[in-house]
Amino acid sequence: MPTFVRTEKCDGCKGQDKTACMYICPHDLMMLDKDGSQTGHAMKAFNQEPDQCWECYSCIKICPQQAIEARPYADIVPLGASVQPLRGTDAIMWTIKFRNGTMKRFKFPIRTTPEGSIDPYGGKPEADISKISEIGFFVQSNGYRAGDPSELIRK
Amino acid sequence: MAGEFGNPEIIEEEVDILIIGGGMGACGAAYELGPWMDAAKKEGVDIKVKLVDKAAMDRSGAVAQGLSAINTYIGSEQDPADYARMVSNDLMGITRDDLAYDLGRVVDESVHLFEEWGLPIWKLDENGERFDGSKGMTPLADGGKPVRSGKWQIMINGESYKWIVAEAAKKALGMDRIQERIFIVKLVNDKNDSNRIAGAVGFSVREDQVFVYKFKACLLVAGGCVNIFRPRSVGEGQGRAWYPVWNAGSTYAMAAEAGAELTLMENRFVPTRFKDGYGPVGAWFLLFKAKATNAFGEVYMDRNKEMLNDYPPYGQAAVPASCLRNHLMLKEMREGRGPIWMDTVTALGNLRETLSPREVKHLEAEAWEDFLDMCIGQCGIWAGENIEPEKKNSELMPTEPYLLGSHSGCCGIWVSGPEDVGAPTEEAETGVPEHLPSGWNWGYRGMTTVQGLFTAADGVGASGHKFSSGSHAEGRMCAKSMVKFVMDNKDHKPELAESVEDLVAEIYKPVKNYMEFKDYSTAIDINPNYITPRMLQFRLQKIMDEYVAGVATYYTTNEHMLDLAGQKLDMLKEDALKMRAKDLHELLRAWENYHRILTAEAHMKHIQFRQESRYPGFYYRMDKNFVDEENWHCFVNSVYDKNTKTWTCFKRAHVDLVDKSKLFK
Ligand SMILES: Cc1cc2nc3c(=O)[nH]c(=O)nc-3n(C[C@H](O)[C@H](O)[C@H](O)COP(=O)(O)OP(=O)(O)OC[C@H]3O[C@@H](n4cnc5c(N)ncnc54)[C@H](O)[C@@H]3O)c2cc1C
Ligand code: SF4
Ligand code: SF4
Repeated sequence: MPTFVRTEKCDGCKGQDKTACMYICPHDLMMLDKDGSQTGHAMKAFNQEPDQCWECYSCIKICPQQAIEARPYADIVPLGASVQPLRGTDAIMWTIKFRNGTMKRFKFPIRTTPEGSIDPYGGKPEADISKISEIGFFVQSNGYRAGDPSELIRK
Repeated sequence: MAGEFGNPEIIEEEVDILIIGGGMGACGAAYELGPWMDAAKKEGVDIKVKLVDKAAMDRSGAVAQGLSAINTYIGSEQDPADYARMVSNDLMGITRDDLAYDLGRVVDESVHLFEEWGLPIWKLDENGERFDGSKGMTPLADGGKPVRSGKWQIMINGESYKWIVAEAAKKALGMDRIQERIFIVKLVNDKNDSNRIAGAVGFSVREDQVFVYKFKACLLVAGGCVNIFRPRSVGEGQGRAWYPVWNAGSTYAMAAEAGAELTLMENRFVPTRFKDGYGPVGAWFLLFKAKATNAFGEVYMDRNKEMLNDYPPYGQAAVPASCLRNHLMLKEMREGRGPIWMDTVTALGNLRETLSPREVKHLEAEAWEDFLDMCIGQCGIWAGENIEPEKKNSELMPTEPYLLGSHSGCCGIWVSGPEDVGAPTEEAETGVPEHLPSGWNWGYRGMTTVQGLFTAADGVGASGHKFSSGSHAEGRMCAKSMVKFVMDNKDHKPELAESVEDLVAEIYKPVKNYMEFKDYSTAIDINPNYITPRMLQFRLQKIMDEYVAGVATYYTTNEHMLDLAGQKLDMLKEDALKMRAKDLHELLRAWENYHRILTAEAHMKHIQFRQESRYPGFYYRMDKNFVDEENWHCFVNSVYDKNTKTWTCFKRAHVDLVDKSKLFK
């Protein structure tokens, strides 16, 4: 289901040097056509290798203009369906359109804390260098499972 | 200022620790490093760190799309020994109990952090009713009850899983220590010690820059390997492999070239998934209790159950290994009783009878969320084919093979394990090259057989079933041991065995090939002087698919086919020197495919060496179509010599550290 960019919606991320879709694509597929020489549409993005797209939807979810969509692979799927997300700060909304017109909408939580709010070491202890060769991490969070020693048959 | 295409700016940097990759393993290491670095500083050792990722950490690696379950959560009710037993059984008896057991002790620590950081984890209330992770119920760390979709798995609302884990890692390390869009091409050994690592070279895929890093220690966590076999889709849909197309075997290839010992590279993973979209089946089997059948509605796991008796004792386990489940299904396909169906209709119907009305309302959403959280493409297929799972069943299909060490596969690198679980300290098999360690631990947890080179997650072989949480936890283990390594070696000065000039020339060779020959023909892609990375990849996939037990031959091969594959791979390796790159994006593809070729070759050599079919359902050596417990209940390991470009395979003895007889009927 390669991504495509809607001509009238993409604003090239307002000419910033790094567009959101280029920034995020894990496979380096999204590209900004600065002068229009590749697509005929200057300052708009496009997927430069559609058959390498994993349909991870990372670019679709991040595009500030909702300009990116995905079209199910032409070589596998009958025409007419679409799956489109709208990702907010604490939930994502999905609109699924079937070939036969059936529509489904879902909303799922995505995180329980505000984005950017993680305080990685806040309230956590310092590491104790004398324990660097011992099992376990610098912080204990009730997840250590000591195990029944009799299970270790060679000890 | 960056250079220009073909004439890159060269940036040299010296650090103490380099992390290659930004996935689950790398994020775990990035988080754990901070406090230990502070502690080291107090001891007078100031440690410099850098993390480089070929992509953006927010969405890099296998978790880019999100996940719908954390597949490894031990919980207070299970024992690490049970976990080690499960891992061993699913991988046909040959795994390192020391590694699995050790991870089982600490993996939940990472899961509890994920929840604290904001990952929504499904919970059960006191009446046993299910709630999604946004309801603010008691955290797991304080005794909250997860929703188990299986013995080891817990359900999450995981669309932002990677985003959350990366946020913590990025903040922990600080963005000034992180550089994205750097693809590492190769590791460089130490000038004064060929069994030590001293550096790495890579390039920016955004600017004309080559980076040469020098360091004392390095964590190589660049994921597993996809696309060495021809995928089932070869048109526009070829990007829809089950495994994310961007992990190209960099971990295995670079480690091998640096001289690290690899293990079980013959192992592969051939997941059975929903056809074409490769949507996950775990929740369908485990949570929704669906059954898979042949075309006639017969459950092949029942119909063919006597086939399990061919593989004692593994066939007798309460839950047969993943490969054996494929084995029973493939019989139906080969004998013409396909298609194979996942009976979603019956499963959802049955659940309606046992669950509360509120839960039933959530049922359908749960089924869709399972895909939307981690395999959106499958929803596109359902929508395009008008499939509503409560009304219409879906087809299943085994994929092309992938190589990985953290999911249901166990290929990877041989690493030093824990010292307190009774692991062997000597080697019982003969034939292991002299310079390699003999026991299962040599001081630094997670270090490979090359001094200073560490790996975790998909990089670590002979364990498997670590998944996202275990990968994170393994990265954390390595962070600690790398700090220790750096402290112990604080006066060591790394020196590169190769000159910077040579390294840069090597990396930019595909660009040079292009610049030199591009005007020879009028068609940019058809030119006898170079090969495009794309064609190189197709050639590799053709060889692997047709000779090394890909889908073309129903996963079968034999010694003669492997021989031919070897000859063809040799020539492919030679031609890899003629890769072209017309821009930085293609330079990325060129080196990804180079890493794929080496990984594929390791896979082939190991299958050739192991004189049996250890993983029926994943691959069959038709000339040795049996499991030979007497002679081959052992690890197959290898080292690569980058000068002669040859592999040496050898056996290592397998030892049980926990009692496996508990698994079998
Ligand atoms: C399809 C699929 C479904 C899964 N489902 C689940 C699940 O439901 N639950 C669960 O718990 N686990 C699941 N897993 C397992 C989990 O995703 C992995 O175990 C985990 O991501 C492995 O971590 P890693 O760090 O080894 O690799 P990854 O997380 O894949 O990270 C690899 C990193 O290396 C970078 N990289 C690659 N090559 C280079 C290079 N040459 N130079 C620089 N950087 C490079 C990549 O950009 C990426 O940042 C799933 C895995 C897959 C593939
Ligand atoms: S992120 Fe959206 S708006 Fe920005 S360049 Fe890409 S497609 Fe255009
Ligand atoms: S869907 Fe994923 S792989 Fe495809 S272009 Fe977007 S970010 Fe890249």
